[in-house]
Amino acid sequence: MTTTQRREAVLAGPANRGTRRRASPTGHPRRPVSWGRVSAWAVLILAILVTVVPFLWMIRTALSSNHSLAANSASLLPADFSWGAFKRVFGMQSPEEAIAQGGSGAAINFWLYLRNSFVVSTMITVAQVFFSALAAYAFARLQWRGRDKVFTLFLATLLVPPIFTALPNFLLIKNLGLLNTFLGIALPTMLMTPFAIFFLRQFFLGMSREMEEAAKLDGANHLRIFFQIVTPNAVGPIATLSLLTFIAAWNDYFWPLLVGQDEKVRVLTVGLSVFKSQSPQGAPDWSGLMAATLVAALPILLLFLAFGKKVVNSIGFSGIK
Amino acid sequence: MATTEIPALTHTAAPVLKSGRRGKSDLTTALIFIAPAMVGFIVFYLVPTIRGLYLSFTSYDLFGSPVWIGLTNYVKIAQDKLFWNAMAVTGEYVVINIVFQTIFALGLALLMYHVAKSTLVRGALLLPYLIANVIVALLWFWMLDYQIGIVNQVIEWLGLPRVAFFGSGTWAIPTIAFINVWRHMGYTALLLFAGLQAIPHHVYEVAALDGAGPWKTFWKITMPLLRPVMVLVLVVTVIGSFQIFDTVAVTTGGGPVNASRVIQLYIYDKAFTEQDFGYASALSVILFAILGVVAFLQMKFLRGNESELG
Repeated sequence: MTTTQRREAVLAGPANRGTRRRASPTGHPRRPVSWGRVSAWAVLILAILVTVVPFLWMIRTALSSNHSLAANSASLLPADFSWGAFKRVFGMQSPEEAIAQGGSGAAINFWLYLRNSFVVSTMITVAQVFFSALAAYAFARLQWRGRDKVFTLFLATLLVPPIFTALPNFLLIKNLGLLNTFLGIALPTMLMTPFAIFFLRQFFLGMSREMEEAAKLDGANHLRIFFQIVTPNAVGPIATLSLLTFIAAWNDYFWPLLVGQDEKVRVLTVGLSVFKSQSPQGAPDWSGLMAATLVAALPILLLFLAFGKKVVNSIGFSGIK
Repeated sequence: MATTEIPALTHTAAPVLKSGRRGKSDLTTALIFIAPAMVGFIVFYLVPTIRGLYLSFTSYDLFGSPVWIGLTNYVKIAQDKLFWNAMAVTGEYVVINIVFQTIFALGLALLMYHVAKSTLVRGALLLPYLIANVIVALLWFWMLDYQIGIVNQVIEWLGLPRVAFFGSGTWAIPTIAFINVWRHMGYTALLLFAGLQAIPHHVYEVAALDGAGPWKTFWKITMPLLRPVMVLVLVVTVIGSFQIFDTVAVTTGGGPVNASRVIQLYIYDKAFTEQDFGYASALSVILFAILGVVAFLQMKFLRGNESELG
């Protein structure tokens, strides 16, 4: 905010001879059309096209019949429009029908994987955000010896590569008998992640203390302060963190691959790789594959459409001035 | 497990409470608040780190118990051609990925800063980052298909020979690197964009008064002042880049032959295909050490913790 105001104040001054930006009477900088600006926009639009067009190609392929793809490999519209790929992916075709349409005929059920992804991601998100919020409050607001040392130790785990802890964690989950259970997939990230604690602590540090102090004078204990004053005032950041956590959990592949191979608990990312490996070699079921990726991507695309602004604005280095 | 999530490494100590009113420490309450996270930290981060280190000195095939064999795993690794191949392949991937990703992201960040600050533009560019690696990999696997992929279709229209993006040893790693440039470009650009916004505007005003053109302003003002953010971005993206797995696993699976068998895939193969947990643990200790050294060197030589603003 301040930067814009300051810029306009200066732009009105004599130093600005107006080749690039000039303050208009309304206070908004008026931007004269220049070749630089036009080519800048052209590059930006190109970048956006490069980003978005592959997704349109995904939709177009998913709505095509697999056998017609080869003959119409470059048509922009679906080649021989059909819902067959989606039926195949949701296990709504008989094996014969699926094979006839270019599928492998192996049993595949993305409804199940979709449900499993929802269960796992929700478990992780709810628990991780709740427990991390509790810890973040203790790091931001409570007074105890060794607090900052423990916090630094927690943060240091950001430097440990996930593969390093993944092998011993796999052994632990195996020994606990939790292989191929939802809890086994979710547990390692349910109690905390350093990022979640860091994120919420930053916010709690910036919150005004007045209400908390007042509640304290009224004799409220920290538990009540946390639930009745801090949490309601932190709904925004908690929602943002939940969104980021949900997306990360939804997209994770490596850990569920290690501990959740079984069909009962198979999540979408693992289901996709299984589906790809079952696809007939030589003439792969591209429509089916794209329909499957679309199903897996859709919930995140919808979340992004609804809350994109929150996600976009949360990205940056909060600690740097 | 989150992939590289914006770990903002700077952390300021919480201001000491002035709660002279109560004076006493909140230790008991703090213990209650922190207990679940502490259990998570100890059970899933601290103990596994120590256990991983221990396992790297053992022979362990998941049956029975680990047998201490000292440095044997490390000695074997030093002579393991596949390990050195994995290092070379991963190195090639990291260099291609980071160089292009950083240049494109910096360009996009500058464009966003000077031309379009709109959330819509930023949102569109961020989109691929929010979609799972596996999905992105399969999407490009289709678009880059040798027979009927749209990219090869376009290449043919241009009168050029088709490219076996995933099927040729030369192309496999650059292809995978570019897929991830595509996925991470917008995200990295947003981080740099945040850094650009943090540069106080008056320095630009001074430069303009002194008659510095855009080119000179970029090299003498923007780049030096962006450096701390740039270093942090590089540390985070390089560390993430070394851990490439998903994209390779669902496209080439390490092939053709071993042309794209990156280090994390090699660790996975050792642990879960060959059941050699000790050896796989030693490999991941080495990866961990490399990441530590790389991060340290970047911080030291790019002086990431110093700011020109003083």
